[in-house]
Amino acid sequence: MPATAAGKPVNGPNKGLFQNTAGFSTLITVTVLTLAWLAGFASRLFAVIRFESIIHEFDPWFNYRSTAYMVQHGFYNFLNWFDERAWYPLGRIVGGTVYPGLMITSGTIHWILHTLNIPIHIRDICVFLAPVFSGLTAIATYLLTSELWSRGAGLFAACFIAIVPGYSSRSVAGSYDNEGIAIFALQFTYYLWLRSVKSGSVSWSICTALSYFYMVSAWGGYVFIINLIPLHVFVLLIMGRFSQRLFVSYTVFYIIGLLLSMQIPFVGFQPIRTSEHMAASGVFALLMAIGAMKYLHSLNPKGQWKQLLIVGGLTAAALVFIMVVFLTYMGVIAPWSGRFYSLWDTGYAKIHIPIIASVSEHQPTTWSSFFFDLHVLVCTFPVGLWYCIKNINDERVFVALYALSAVYFAGVMVRLMLTLTPVVCILAGIAFSILLDLVLKEDEVIMTQPEPEESKNLYDKAGKVKKRTQEPLPPADAVLGMNVRSGTLIAFMILLMLFSVHCTWATSNAYSSPSIVLASYGNDGSRKILDDFREAYGWLSQNTAEDARIMSWWDYGYQIAGMGNRTTLVDNNTWNNSHIALVGKAMASNESAAYEIMSMLDVDYVLVIFGGAIGYSGDDINKFIWMVRIAEGEHPRDIHEADYFTERGEYRIDSEASKTMLNCLMYKLSYYRYDSGGSPPGYDRTRGSLPGNRGFKLTYLEEAYTSEHWLVRIYRVKKPDEFNRPRIPLAKRTIPTSNAVSKKFTSGLGSGVQYDTTSKRRKGLLKNKPTIVKGKKVGRLE
Amino acid sequence: MSSLTSVIPKLYQEYTTKTSKKLKIIDAYLFYIFLTAVIQFVYCCLVGTFPFNSFLSGFISTVSSFVLGVCLRLQVNPENKNEFQGLSAERGFADFIFAHLVLHIVVINFIG
Repeated sequence: MPATAAGKPVNGPNKGLFQNTAGFSTLITVTVLTLAWLAGFASRLFAVIRFESIIHEFDPWFNYRSTAYMVQHGFYNFLNWFDERAWYPLGRIVGGTVYPGLMITSGTIHWILHTLNIPIHIRDICVFLAPVFSGLTAIATYLLTSELWSRGAGLFAACFIAIVPGYSSRSVAGSYDNEGIAIFALQFTYYLWLRSVKSGSVSWSICTALSYFYMVSAWGGYVFIINLIPLHVFVLLIMGRFSQRLFVSYTVFYIIGLLLSMQIPFVGFQPIRTSEHMAASGVFALLMAIGAMKYLHSLNPKGQWKQLLIVGGLTAAALVFIMVVFLTYMGVIAPWSGRFYSLWDTGYAKIHIPIIASVSEHQPTTWSSFFFDLHVLVCTFPVGLWYCIKNINDERVFVALYALSAVYFAGVMVRLMLTLTPVVCILAGIAFSILLDLVLKEDEVIMTQPEPEESKNLYDKAGKVKKRTQEPLPPADAVLGMNVRSGTLIAFMILLMLFSVHCTWATSNAYSSPSIVLASYGNDGSRKILDDFREAYGWLSQNTAEDARIMSWWDYGYQIAGMGNRTTLVDNNTWNNSHIALVGKAMASNESAAYEIMSMLDVDYVLVIFGGAIGYSGDDINKFIWMVRIAEGEHPRDIHEADYFTERGEYRIDSEASKTMLNCLMYKLSYYRYDSGGSPPGYDRTRGSLPGNRGFKLTYLEEAYTSEHWLVRIYRVKKPDEFNRPRIPLAKRTIPTSNAVSKKFTSGLGSGVQYDTTSKRRKGLLKNKPTIVKGKKVGRLE
Repeated sequence: MSSLTSVIPKLYQEYTTKTSKKLKIIDAYLFYIFLTAVIQFVYCCLVGTFPFNSFLSGFISTVSSFVLGVCLRLQVNPENKNEFQGLSAERGFADFIFAHLVLHIVVINFIG
């Protein structure tokens, strides 16, 4: 959005204004923040404009479904909701296994709007929730940065975070997911935390704890907060920066936050039972011990307290550590969960938890995606970090730790890029603010006059405003180094412009696809909408029995439940690995073995995604190797990953593919009757080869539905009496005499008479044929 | 260690002379809270923690009362004026009340 590019140059000269009038600076702050909000909101609407107001992807469908449930049935019923439509035959206790913050937020908005008689559908609230919250995130970032550095830096940071692709990737309209509101909660909690450390006031700490509570209710990433804040405290202690303000803010925050976090049913007693939370309590105990020592010290400052203090502090720390280790060993505290191990050891998930490694967003981040998501910010944020460390104080220690830990985590997982983005925006904001301070230092007097005009011109094109910022420069030519300074200024303005162009481009092209509606572009630029997913889910909801059970890979579980409203076996809430492995095993076995599993699980329909006809690469055949791996993890005797590769270890589907591969259920369901997709009919455009096993028949399943572009294929699982029956010649077939009419018929003719298909018999006889008289009702038989 | 035995009576003497009456009241309150926590801890060791949430809410409530009391004491203490700039004793007390309000609403919710 050009508006933000225009918004940025404003805060360069801010400093001059601050010295003049408070009014102007407030005006500019409010204007810039409003524009950042608007720009952030507008740049997230590509998906709605291109497609429609629709929920995206996978998880948002579940969030939407449960929000709709909550709005319909009320909050308490939502908490007690047992969803028998998921994880057949296990079911899922939804209230106890979700972070309800998202649903409650949009439910509250829905309720407020309806109380004001604004009848808006809950779906629209869900679609637009994340873009609206991006504005709040911008404001929280502004507050946090101005707490750290200056208000000018805060405005920069707010503008950055409003449009940066790393954040908008998770918060475009329709992407109704926890992260959308959680980043706001994260930033706001950090802001309040710094506030409370600065002031040492109990009420700020309480606010931090409340904001933390909101974060806990919204996203599992709250663990990041509850480890980063203790780390901050700990580092401050090591640096000898203990203060009573720190004591007050941390102890109050910790204990109230602990109590509040346990109010979320999904979190439960975890904060006192698991290792992820133990750092916080350890630091709490340590701080208490140090506080006590300091107090004793203050009573009698003359004694040899200094040594005692150090020894006592170290003893306390060691004691706490040993205690935690001991309790972990005893089994009172659960050890680190596998998901956290995978953060330390990137190879861990690949070996032990294939289900985590199978998700593409859990892969290690590549360098290019750092640049793609953060653009110029990734280059400038070290500058801000350096300045923060150079002019260190209590708060800047925090942001340094935040940056370092977030960089590490973002390197481990693509998904955690999201936690890196805010801190990068903050530090880059600081860097740019310092730069503009340097460059525009002497122009303060001149800069004040055009300023109010400029804030009005923010809607203009970026290029125009850029000119304006430079215009006041020429009069200052007399000052030494003017050329260098204006050169730097122009260069950085161009960089910022490129940044905003890149942001808009990335948001528009990479992150605004709903992924349930696909668009393809023809050679002449015309757009074709492929709506196969909704077509197929619509078919499911219209043409299958109400309680039909659909087997599919877990990616599509939420969508089937949300759009098709049918029972699924596994879904994106991957809590039960063995159940998923069973489905994977069914997909990886041959037809008869799969039929056994499917009849064991009462499967009525099988749904597979097949992208071969249109070249859609995210289909089931490409995911198939993960199904095999997950299945092998649980059933190592039946499934072997190596069987699915060729002898040279290649994964292919053409005639060179292995026999197991060519005969497994997933393969057969994908390529059954497939004859579309290019010049040799049956050519697979995704894999770029001709399938090796073609023209086969299915014994245990029959095709029920295939969507327009072959994307979704649904098969019905036959009942045991429908297959493998010997074929009887036509003449020998007898029709069982089961219905009432024919019984009557045979008894009328006398038993023992076989009625066959002669024309005479077929005509039939009626005993006591009613006599028809014109104008009279036909008399019934007596 | 011999110095420790001599130091304790000295500490006590320092305490009684130096501490103002207001702070002594707070200290008495803190001591009372401390005893409550000890009683709860002994109870949980002897009887068990069966309704775990009730035990937790009780215990955490005492711990946080203690923490809040300590914070109040720190903020009210005139020696710490420099540390807590802009926080008067009255403000400290208001914060204390606010914190207790939040704390006990949550505790009541959690106690089951």
